[in-house]
This record gives sequence, C-alpha cells and structure tokens, in this order.
Amino acid sequence: MTEQRTSEARTEAPGTAPASGQKGAGRPSAGQGGASSLQPERRGVPQFVWPILALATILVIVGLIEPAFFSIRIVEGRLYGSLIDIVYRGTPIMLIALGMAVVIGTRGIDLSVGSVVAIASAVMAHYIHEGMNPGLVIAISVAAGLACGLWNGFLVSALGIQPIIATLILMVAGRGMALMINGGRIPTFRSDFFSFISSGSIWVIPTRLFVVAGVAVILWAVLRRTAYGLFVESVGANPSAARLTGIATRTVTLGAYGIAGMCAALAGLIITGDTRSSDAVNVGMWSELDAILAVVLGGGSLNGGRIYLGTTLIGVLIIQSLTTSILMTGVPPEYNLVVKAVVILFVLLVQAPAARAYLSILFGRRRAP
Amino acid sequence: MKERRLPLLATIVVFALLWAGGGFAYDHFFTTRVLGNLLTDNAFIIIAGLGMTFVILSGGIDLSVGSMIGFVGIATASLVAHGWHPLAAVAVLLVLGFVLGAVMGWIIDAFEIQPFIVTLTAMFMLRGLCFVISLDSIPIKHPFVTAFSDLQIALPGDGWLSAPALVMLTMLVLAMVLAHLTRFGANVYAIGGDATSARLLGVPVRRTVVGVYALNGVFAVMAGATYAFYTSSGYPLAATGVEMDAIASVVIGGTLLTGGVGLVIGTVFGGLIQGLIQTIIIFDGSLDSWWIRIVIGGLLFVFIVLQKGITGSVTAFGSQAEGQR
Repeated sequence: MTEQRTSEARTEAPGTAPASGQKGAGRPSAGQGGASSLQPERRGVPQFVWPILALATILVIVGLIEPAFFSIRIVEGRLYGSLIDIVYRGTPIMLIALGMAVVIGTRGIDLSVGSVVAIASAVMAHYIHEGMNPGLVIAISVAAGLACGLWNGFLVSALGIQPIIATLILMVAGRGMALMINGGRIPTFRSDFFSFISSGSIWVIPTRLFVVAGVAVILWAVLRRTAYGLFVESVGANPSAARLTGIATRTVTLGAYGIAGMCAALAGLIITGDTRSSDAVNVGMWSELDAILAVVLGGGSLNGGRIYLGTTLIGVLIIQSLTTSILMTGVPPEYNLVVKAVVILFVLLVQAPAARAYLSILFGRRRAP
Repeated sequence: MKERRLPLLATIVVFALLWAGGGFAYDHFFTTRVLGNLLTDNAFIIIAGLGMTFVILSGGIDLSVGSMIGFVGIATASLVAHGWHPLAAVAVLLVLGFVLGAVMGWIIDAFEIQPFIVTLTAMFMLRGLCFVISLDSIPIKHPFVTAFSDLQIALPGDGWLSAPALVMLTMLVLAMVLAHLTRFGANVYAIGGDATSARLLGVPVRRTVVGVYALNGVFAVMAGATYAFYTSSGYPLAATGVEMDAIASVVIGGTLLTGGVGLVIGTVFGGLIQGLIQTIIIFDGSLDSWWIRIVIGGLLFVFIVLQKGITGSVTAFGSQAEGQR
C-alpha cells in the first residue's frame, strides 16, 4: 500500500540477517521469542513477565529505600498512599496508551493524541458553558475524539500516508483548533458531575479507576472476544497477507485510529474535569510520547502485529512509579527526567531480543547454535 | 527519478506564492529586511532540519534535537558564567553531541530498537540534564556573544544578513556537500532506500547509521549554539517541540519520511515557508496566532498528499511486483 510497507516486506525476505537495518529491525521477534534467527530465544519466557519484573524491581528498590512507600490508609473515605497515587495519576496516560496499543498493533503510531486531548477538553468546556447535560457533553467530546481518530485513520488507510506523518498533521493543527474553540483563552467552569468522574470516589476507590477499568474491559472484549483483535494483529504483522486473506485492512486500520481518538478524548475529559479549566496549549502535552513509551515498555513492538493491553497498563505504571518514587526517595526533582530516562533505556535494552541473545551467548550455551 | 523532484518544485512554488501574496497584501513586505529577518529568525530550526534531513533520508527519525538545542543553550550559558570562552564551550558540546548521536545510532542498529524510541529516551535525558544544570534562565554575557549579535552584512535595500543566517548558510553548504558529493551521502540514500539491498551491495550499514545520528548531533549542537548566541541566554525549557518543526521542515521540503528520497535544499524552503506563514500572520495583525498552527498543519497535509500522488505511480509498481512474489 505504501512504500514503507513495501520496503518492510522486502526486509523480511528470507535470508535476511538477524541484524537487519533499522526498518524491519526486530520484526520477527515482535512477540514472544523471535526464534527464527535468534536461536537462544526459543525456550522463551512469556512476554508479560518482563514488564511485571521491571515494575516489581522498581517498587522493591523504592520500598527498601523508603518503607512508607507501601503504606495505604483511608482518609476522608478515600484510599491514600503512594501506590494509589501512582495509579490515580497514571489514569489519563493509561486511557491514551490503551488506544495507542491498538494503533501500534496495526504497525501504526498516533502522534496526535495530545492534541486530541486538547480538542476534547476545549469541546467539553465549551458545552459545559452552554449548560448542556453532562451525558451529552461526554458524548459530544468523545465524538470529537472519534472524528479526529477517523481523520487520522482516513489519511493512513485510504490515502496510504505513513502514520507518523499522517498524525503529525493533526498534532500540529489540533492545538490550534483547540485554541480556536477556546477563543484563545483558558475557560474555567464548575461541574459537580465532572469533578465526581475525575477526582471523586465510589466507596473508597477513585471514580476514574472505574473509567479506566471500563475502557480496558470493553477493549479487551472487542479485541479478544470478536475477530477484530485478530484482524488488527494480522494487519500489523503482514498487511499484504492480511489483504490477500480477505481482511478489510482499510476498515480495520480506520477503526484502530478511531479507538485511539476516543480513548484520548476520555483522557481529556478526566484531566479537564480535574483542573476545571481547558488549557489548549498545555493540556496533554507530550502525552503521546508517554503513551508510546508505555506500549513499548509493555512489550509492544512498533513494528506491529501484537496488542498487549495488560502489560501496556503496567508500562504506564512503570513510568508513573518512576516519577512518584523519584520524588519520594528524596532525589532532587530536577534529576527526575534523567533518572527516568536511564531506567527506561535500561528496561528497553533488557527487553530487546538482540540484547537477550547476546546475554544467553555470554551465560548460556545450553543450546549450541 | 525526475518526477521525485516535483515535491521540491512545489515547495519552491508555494514559497514564491506566499512571498508574492504577502508582498501584494501588505506594505513593506517586499524588502530585504523581511527576507533577512526570515533567515535570522528561522536559522536554528533550519540548521536542526538539515541534520534531520540526513536522519530521515536514512529512514530514521530523531526526536532529541529540541532538547539538545535547549541543553546546548543552558550548558553554554553555564560554562560561560564559569569563565569559559563561548567557542570553547561550543567545541566541547560539539564533541558531546557527536558522541551522544553516535551512541544512539549504535543502540538503534546493534539492539534493533526503533529510532523513535531511542531518540525519545535521549530527548527526556537531555531535557532532564537541562534542569540539572539550572532551573532558571541564565544570561550569556561575553564580548564574543555581543560581537556575534552585532555582526551584520548589509544586503541591497535596508536588510542585512545576520550571524545566525551566515551560520545557517555555512551549514547548508556543508550538508549539501556531505549529502550529494561524498560516499557517506550516497550510503545514506542507499540504506534509506532499501537497507537490505544496500547491505548486500556492501554498504557499511552500521557505520552509516552511527554516522548519520552523530552528524545530526553535531547539527543539533550548532543549532543550539546559534539559538543561544542569538537570544544571548540559556533557558532549560527552550526549544521544546523544535524537533517537530524540524521534521515538518524536512517533510514540507519534499523529503520522504520513508527514506531514500529528498534533497537537502528542500529543507531550507520547508523551514522558510513555516517562518513566512508566521511573518504574514504577524504582518496582518488581525489574524489570531492559532492560525499559524492550523495553516502549517494544512500545508503539511497538502504536501504529503502531493508527494503521495507523485510517488504513488512509482510505489504502485513496486507493490505489484511484491504481490506476485
């Protein structure tokens, strides 16, 4: 369809050395054990082990330095504590990352989610000011997100534009549109309903966790209980083969971007409900990068073909727990990003199939090549 | 091959149309002063875009340049405040940018991790280092920096070429020579076009990938130094998001993000078009600032669809051949 896909398909041609160039790199080993060329990986550990191990290691190290890290108590009928805080603050990125996981599953990427967050936030503020029913506000904001997603999907699937560039258009223009809706100001509002959704709690559990759980369950059902998930993964794994087997690849791709748009809009609702204002310039800034990172930390390959919803959520928790624990353990806040970058790089290197192959050559030799 | 130059032609036509449109709509637009300011204000974005052109030609991407520009600014300011000569600081940073770029290239090639992800990590790290150095803006006070901002070459009319513009033009010549006249440049085009074929033809893929990112590191440091001297200060949040402007310049300039196709000179026009849109909106005065982003987004769309239409004929042939295999 695009020259990118063509060339990627070419890189997969038989006889390609394992260390193929950057484009098709790591392609065969997207999921568990790319055993085709990297022999030692065959007795693979299940993929989901690595992110969980990384998260557990981070938590244990922080717990050793600062034992209060694990304490959870109930204050004013709500759960409090660092662990709750990590989950609570991570929810917007979790929503975005869930949608991103589906897009990345199609071998795509969505850079525009941050701008979609801003657009949804602006739309929401606008209609709250009009005095609209909260349910309708949610519907319209999510519809705006869906429209943004479908636009991206249209560019990628119908026009065959490379995903990074197709979504870069909305990333650049989207914040301008959000500013336009806001009239260049930062509108504030009061809404008990959205405060409840965003920062309230049901029993002792923050309401927003139910939103994430709901979205995750719906996505899981759509991807694993219908054929759609299989279609997405086959489009991502090999677009040409998927098309030849009769999968409507364009519709599948369109749907994936639509899902990402809706997820980003929901994240926008939660962030905006919390701040009670719509700051078109800053809301959701860099959230696309955090979300992509979370998917990759969760074991998803940017080369597509696999969707891991569960480990994507763990990927978000890794990023968020790094932020929180760096603050907790008394590292000066200005070192936050540096430590985060080093740890993330380390996790990525450990997860890279090539690195694991090197390691098993060093230590193992159980399987002579 | 010739029709692949069409996006560049379209870029130049759009630039000329915008320029003419601005000239007819507003007084004092058709002056060398506006042209000189355009070159000066967009110099650092274009320098970053020149390095990015190599990365994108090789089929990769580098998200770390915005942070690198911010880092160079704050590091230079801090070193100058400690009594260093600005040029010595920049020299050290150039080595650092080269090494960091090389390491990124090596990780990308050796560990087969996506360039997007590796450079994203570097972006976080460099921005973090900005905060480690200083949380506040640091002024750069040094006779050299003053001389740099005062340096001007008069153009016919009332305009002038400033030092940032001169640095940019020098880097442009360097980039064009590297891309179009050296074996390294040919290798970049080769691995961007088809890495497997390039490898089979004996192109040293790893050395080229490492070289491309190292070169981009050097260009990013140069962009950062230009920006720092131009603003005479370092600020830890400076130039956030410039990587996207640089990528947009490259794409509007007619380089295909899939790699292998494009010309260095296109990036200059891509950067200038973005600057021109801003200039026009400022000249107009009644247009709201958000139109800048919306118009640039719209232009990106037009250019990409145009490229698609032109290269579509080429790739349709390719995918047909693949289908038969």
